[in-house]
Amino acid sequence: MTTLEKAASEVEEQVPGATVELEPETEMMTINMGPHHPATHGVLRLIVQLEGEVVKDLRPIVGYVHTGIEKSCEEKAYWKVIPYVERMDYLSYFFNMQAYCGAVEKLIDLEIPRRAQYLRIIHMELNRLHSHLVWLGTTALDLGAMSMFWYCFRERDTILDLFEMSAGQRMHTRYFQIGGVIEDIPTGFERKLLAFLDEMPTRIRQYEALLDRNEIFLRRTKGFGAVSKERLLELGVTGPLLRAAGEPWDLRKVTDYLPYSEFDFGIPIGSVGDGYDRYRCRVAEMFESVKILQQALAGLPEGPHIANDRKYVLPPRSELSTSMESLIHHFKLVTEGFRVAPGEVYNAVESPRGELGCFVVADGSSKPARVHFRDPSFVNLQALHDMAVGTYVADLIQTLAMLDPILGGIDR
Amino acid sequence: MPDAPGLELIRGEIETEDPGAVLETSFDRDQPALIVDSTRILAVLTWLHDTPGQEYTFLSSLHAADYLPAEPRFAVHYELMNRNRVERIRVKALLADPEAGRPGSELGQGALPELDSCVELFPTANFQEREAYDFFGIVFKGHPGLTRILLAEDYVGWPQRRDFPVGGEPVTFTYNEEGAPASEHLSTSGAD
Repeated sequence: MTTLEKAASEVEEQVPGATVELEPETEMMTINMGPHHPATHGVLRLIVQLEGEVVKDLRPIVGYVHTGIEKSCEEKAYWKVIPYVERMDYLSYFFNMQAYCGAVEKLIDLEIPRRAQYLRIIHMELNRLHSHLVWLGTTALDLGAMSMFWYCFRERDTILDLFEMSAGQRMHTRYFQIGGVIEDIPTGFERKLLAFLDEMPTRIRQYEALLDRNEIFLRRTKGFGAVSKERLLELGVTGPLLRAAGEPWDLRKVTDYLPYSEFDFGIPIGSVGDGYDRYRCRVAEMFESVKILQQALAGLPEGPHIANDRKYVLPPRSELSTSMESLIHHFKLVTEGFRVAPGEVYNAVESPRGELGCFVVADGSSKPARVHFRDPSFVNLQALHDMAVGTYVADLIQTLAMLDPILGGIDR
Repeated sequence: MPDAPGLELIRGEIETEDPGAVLETSFDRDQPALIVDSTRILAVLTWLHDTPGQEYTFLSSLHAADYLPAEPRFAVHYELMNRNRVERIRVKALLADPEAGRPGSELGQGALPELDSCVELFPTANFQEREAYDFFGIVFKGHPGLTRILLAEDYVGWPQRRDFPVGGEPVTFTYNEEGAPASEHLSTSGAD
């Protein structure tokens, strides 16, 4: 008999009529989740303190795919940095490129042509659809909905085909250049994109029909992982997570890094911010992206696809055999790159996961002195503790999936 | 963004409350920045956060940079934002290297530059301060758990510093694991 049980029986003896019930004995258990686990969406390790099946404390451990990209960027000329930064958050490479190219364009005060701005928007919104599709497929897979994964990856493949058409690569396209985009879209791209845009809303409605009122999906997501928007803002959380909690905050609406103000689109927001709201927010965002794409394609301006400043932009290939000037510029840009006057710039864009910021320090040479990415996954991951503590360990999987962390972006 | 005169107004108001806290202002490429004495960084951040009319309550990003050979060498940047007015302001705390001129400091030897942590004021800074510590060896006093975040916990040195040797890191294989390559690396590259 333990001391506690003795004390209980003493009380029962001394106080007539009293019965004392002891809580069943509980034991804290520390378990390790990951780093190699399909439900962690990458190489994420979680140290979870459990009491029974309830999460009492949680500590994310990251850094397993750290590759020193920021350090490597310091050794490369400005335009050679682009392929490096693409590989950080490997699901939103166009956004990484825009954050970086936008920062350098601010540093050298280079205006990009209208057509390039529109082409960038088209590719970024396609990329947002692609990123949300991968998220939706893998999240549904975590919750046991196998077929969603195949449906989402079917549409994702069409988007990758489009990227292959315009840029020659399916992922990590290096399509954005400082000053614009590397090549104009080829013949047939518009037709294929239009066909995709006609089909996509139907497809999204099919996903909704599969999940929106799905009993299992509702029971797994409704009411789990909600954190107040005030707390989310304190933790620096942005993107669909913040919007699902009811805060209509989107950098596309409030800043002017690209002419999003010319398009008519909405910012879907949620009400309570649980897993279901996060799902609804992202799916509604996919409809908005389709709307932006339709308008951007309809209003695509004519003109050059890249700025005409030969000090920063490679001359057209055709000029190299006829113009000495062009050859000199080409040689200078390819060997040394261009120099940037000292200064520092922070440029933020709205990525599928929130505010993606790029901080570049120029020291006057042709290589950046510092490239830093404020990755939304890295900052958002801090909120996982608040979202998951107090819920069951099975719901932790759902909460993590709805957080949509990309470990390549977290670890860089 | 506060424009250039607006930035001077902010500086003036901080000056009346806390003379000498703001060393300089900069308005480069339309980006306002306050360059602040690193010992008073927390006071300036609290003022920008709490003062009615300022309310820069959202910390977008916190990052460090190494400006070698400039003196003071390090800086920690706080990208603050007022979400109602959509105004950004950068606060930049300059930090001198206490080991300036002594070889080996980039490899983890000697004293580290120190700065007050702002995790109490901005809970989002937790991971980002750990990242700055991890890569630059900047110590944030008062941080609830200042450990390496992206690099391994037994990593030696501060790799994002500009004088960190690139490519010179020996890899332990079975044939050389006896000779403790990490410590050899320290003694040889520290000398040159």
